Amino acid sequence: MNLLASLPLYPLLSFLVLISFGKRLSWAVASWLSVGAMGLSALCSMLLVAQLSTSEVNVITSHLWQWFSVGSAKVNVSFYLDALSAVMILVVTGVGFLIHLFAAIYMKSDENFTRFMAYMNLFIVAMLVLVLADNLVLLYLGWEGVGLCSFLLIGFWYQEKNNVLAARKAFIVTRIGDTAMAIGLFLLFKSLSSLNIVEINQLAQTSETFSLSIANNEASDAYWAALLLLGGAVGKSAQLPLQTWLPDAMAGPTPVSALIHAATMVTAGVYLIARMNGVFIMAPEVMTYVAWLGAITLLLAGVAALAQTDIKRVLAYSTMSQIGYMMLALGAGAWSAGVFHLMTHAFFKALLFLTAGAVILALHHQQNLFKMGGLLKKLPFESALFFIGLACLVALPGTSGFFSKEAIIASLWLSPTAGASLWWCAILGALLTSIYSCRLFFLAFLGEQRFPKDLVISDHLETNHLLRGALVVLALLSLFGGLFTIDLSTVLPLSNESELSPGWLHAVAIITPFIGIAFSWFYFKRYRSRDIISLNESQSSWLVFCRNGLGFDVIYRFLLVKPYCFITQLNRRDLFDQLIMLSAWYVEIWRDVLSASQNGRLRWFAGTFGLSLVGLILVVIL
Amino acid sequence: MMLTFVILGLLLSGSLAWYSDDKPFFGVRFQAKWVALVAVIIFSLIFVFSVYLSPLNFQTLQTIAHVSWINSLNINYTLALDHLSITLIMLTLFLALICILVSWDEIQEKSGFYYFNLLATFAGIIGVFSAVDMFLFFFFWEVMLLPMTALIAIWGHEKRYFAAIKFFIFTQVSSLLMLVAIIAMAYIHQQQVGDLSFSYQDWLSLELNNELALYLMLGFFIAFAVKLPSVPFHSWLPDAHTQAPTAGSVLLAGVLLKTGAYGLIRFVIQLFPQASENFAPIAVTLGVVSILYGAKMAFAQTDFKRLVAYSSISHMGFVMLALFSFNEIAYQGVIVTIVAHGLSSAALFSLAGMIYQRIHSRNLTDMGGFWQSAPRMGGFGLAFAAAAFGLPGLANFVGEFLSLVGAYQVFPVMVILAAFGLIGSAIYGMVLFQKTFQGSSLKTVPDLSCRELIVSSSLLMLLVILGLYPNLLLQYFRGVIL
Amino acid sequence: MTDIPLAHVLILSSLLFTIGFVGVVVRKNTLFMLMSLEVMLNAVGVAFIGAGSVWQEADGQIMFMLILTLAAAEVAVGLALLIRMQRRYRTLDIDVLSKMKG
Repeated sequence: MNLLASLPLYPLLSFLVLISFGKRLSWAVASWLSVGAMGLSALCSMLLVAQLSTSEVNVITSHLWQWFSVGSAKVNVSFYLDALSAVMILVVTGVGFLIHLFAAIYMKSDENFTRFMAYMNLFIVAMLVLVLADNLVLLYLGWEGVGLCSFLLIGFWYQEKNNVLAARKAFIVTRIGDTAMAIGLFLLFKSLSSLNIVEINQLAQTSETFSLSIANNEASDAYWAALLLLGGAVGKSAQLPLQTWLPDAMAGPTPVSALIHAATMVTAGVYLIARMNGVFIMAPEVMTYVAWLGAITLLLAGVAALAQTDIKRVLAYSTMSQIGYMMLALGAGAWSAGVFHLMTHAFFKALLFLTAGAVILALHHQQNLFKMGGLLKKLPFESALFFIGLACLVALPGTSGFFSKEAIIASLWLSPTAGASLWWCAILGALLTSIYSCRLFFLAFLGEQRFPKDLVISDHLETNHLLRGALVVLALLSLFGGLFTIDLSTVLPLSNESELSPGWLHAVAIITPFIGIAFSWFYFKRYRSRDIISLNESQSSWLVFCRNGLGFDVIYRFLLVKPYCFITQLNRRDLFDQLIMLSAWYVEIWRDVLSASQNGRLRWFAGTFGLSLVGLILVVIL
Repeated sequence: MMLTFVILGLLLSGSLAWYSDDKPFFGVRFQAKWVALVAVIIFSLIFVFSVYLSPLNFQTLQTIAHVSWINSLNINYTLALDHLSITLIMLTLFLALICILVSWDEIQEKSGFYYFNLLATFAGIIGVFSAVDMFLFFFFWEVMLLPMTALIAIWGHEKRYFAAIKFFIFTQVSSLLMLVAIIAMAYIHQQQVGDLSFSYQDWLSLELNNELALYLMLGFFIAFAVKLPSVPFHSWLPDAHTQAPTAGSVLLAGVLLKTGAYGLIRFVIQLFPQASENFAPIAVTLGVVSILYGAKMAFAQTDFKRLVAYSSISHMGFVMLALFSFNEIAYQGVIVTIVAHGLSSAALFSLAGMIYQRIHSRNLTDMGGFWQSAPRMGGFGLAFAAAAFGLPGLANFVGEFLSLVGAYQVFPVMVILAAFGLIGSAIYGMVLFQKTFQGSSLKTVPDLSCRELIVSSSLLMLLVILGLYPNLLLQYFRGVIL
Repeated sequence: MTDIPLAHVLILSSLLFTIGFVGVVVRKNTLFMLMSLEVMLNAVGVAFIGAGSVWQEADGQIMFMLILTLAAAEVAVGLALLIRMQRRYRTLDIDVLSKMKG
């Protein structure tokens, strides 16, 4: 058993033990088991990365068994570790370990604690399989697996109707993307007769027919394959037009939001595109779509984040918008910058979510920003951590977010698939980010305390050093994560250097967040003012529209959900069955007619017999 | 001869179960369920070992019993096996065990006659899967049909007569078409070769002109399409499934539908290769329509069993689509789908039976929040629903994936349409699982008993094993070109 | 003996037959139905005798004797049934016997 194959094994074993013994395990055993398994995995992944960086070879592979074969192409259960997946396993196991640690304490009092930890472990297994898969089918296994875990964890408190609906929505919306991706796999197999990722990336470059369009106006296989894969990525990463599930997914417990809906699973789409770069490069039009989708999502999510009142929903929209940045980077061909931002975003967004979780718990499950305020004094430690997180989010110079976001913005101007207009979008996005971050910080931590004065801040989180330790580690990672250099040149094509771009670009990019902060300082004066005891959220229709995710939900409800339900309701009795029962009905009518004639009256029989005889004779004679 | 032994043995032990139920022998009260259980276990072991130890190479059809039956018409009692029929017979025997275990507490009335009917159906199905004399095939086809109708009509739910009669008429009318085609084939054999023959192997060498082949093919095709079932001949299935007792539903979904698939593979495609290739676009369209229509109808149902029944129609659409793509990959997908659907739908129907025993309702609106009181049942429910919507790692995914990849090589547009069925299946799977196990808990139900745990976990184990290592099955179907 | 034209005989016979038939259909009382049946049989007998005298053959009269015997047997069975019916249903209304209703 080699190290690579054992990586997903520990959480898997832990999952199996937890799920089969269930509530019979005490909190201590269950949390030691699940967190310990994660710790082992994290350790293993560090060892593996160390191995990878020192050894001559650029990849470590591990073949377990042959899953099945599609024609001559073999689909193996094999793991493949290169620089790109190394970044991902570090993020997944590292951040995953810290979040597990946090969750073990955060969820301590929940009656279904073991079930929760079991799901979290299962999620890590699926995510590791996704990241390490050496072929697209195994990747799809992980892909669906994380979707299922996300479904289970969003609906963890399944007694609430809203959670159940949110979970269903998340699963079905992402499933739409997954189906597009599945069709993409069929197409890739048809044109390249392989499902192995490395082979596909190579064949895509060398195959003569793949990127050639058959007729003049017809799109090439590469175009369709890239577009369909993009469909999968868009679903998982909550980008336009399949983004609507993410804000609702916040119904899950906060550690879930941190792990799945911020740090790891939602970035799977970014990973997929980076992984399949060979295909995407052959379809530059799709690269442009990726960039534009990212840019539009980034702006729309930023606008929506401005109007939220729920602290977790602000963070959810912010996640969407940050993934928009990553997509923008990938679309612009700045592959490493996108993956770099994925990593730093995982750090600071996990930090933000976990700190928000701590705040929410301290306030006895109060999530409404307008009922917070003045937390800086009450919870100085959490406030400091949250501030660090936000600083990274708005990319203040020196933080990790700064390095990654600058790298993205810098690559846009001259990119053949992006360009100046997208650069401006990114700048505008950065401005929006800083504004909604300030709004969030002012509302929650500055200003006057707007929750009842006599509310006792619950402190069972406060006193726990392990939990604080996890948060501090995340904060350190967020601050200094930018100093890691990840060398992805062996996996991803180099991005175009931007030396030729005008010098003022950098200056603008650096200044933008400060402009946003200055603007908010004055514009949101009310929010940070100490004199205002109670704040009411504005109910202007424009704000409500933004708060509800810019109307996408409504459009989908009327365009897709309602018609589908209507059609199914219309035909609940099954049209074909009705038609077939029509023949039964016809037979029944004749039966009724004929049985009515059998009235059992002798005189009637005799009469009809005689008359028919006469009739018959007449017919014969005439 | 061992197959004859198994078929006869099942029939005789069925009669024994009927005769001995509730009668004391040497101071012990016999119970039909024990007789049935022991008989099925013994005959399964006999079958497995005799196949395992057999020196024959089952890559092609191997005749294992040949006795002349009606000499004047050259009708023989001929049984033959290849990997396809062995796989299906093993599936039948495994599900037979499941059927007996799920009826353990459910059937209290006339239990002797019940187990007789159950075992007679198994015997008929095994006969169908192994007969190569077409007259004998038709005979077994009827043997399988009658006890099944009795199972629905006697031990079914509230509208059982209606459902039983509908099931009977659909199957009977369609099988009469097949009978006409069988007789016509025998007659053609007489014209071409000189003597009547009902032997499948003899028929393979017949040469038919296109038009005639098309009509004969249609005779077989309709019989099997009704059994599969494919839209628009599907409407017996939801009624029969809903009204049948649990074991009846398991049997119907798990094996009886597979006789349709088996017939399509064995007879329609192999006897009439040219005609079925010409017919392929229509068949593939029917498959796609079944996939989408089944998924859509499943979503509209409020009855647990009816929902699963429509999902079966959707899944069998994949079989039709893949089969008529004439592609090796798709063919492997068909094999896996057949087995996987047999297991997963059997699992869902067993689950429906377990729930029905607890709350005496199949209505989804009466359910909700069962996870609270029955977490194990919830876990299995989730796994089985996940199998139904094709979660990778479970057997159904492998089947659907191979079917669609294979079919995509031939009918890309159709496959893209069929892929929408994946979304549809997620929708109804979610509805099924969430309405049953999530939400606020209305009722408290006891968790799975030991017997139910055995049923569920053995089904889930097979689904996982086949999902992660389908080569266990696929190794026998390499290089089969239709 | 004056010759009676065959047409007259046949008209008489068919009149009698029609009367008998109408009697069978219209009367509810089973006794009257039996009597009407007798009328129908005798109508046929008249036709036979008329035909026999026209052809100068004895066959017609033999047939008539056969019919007479048949009528006697039929009346015997019919009256027996009638008595059973009277005992069982306390009525001779034929419409009471409608067990053959479909």
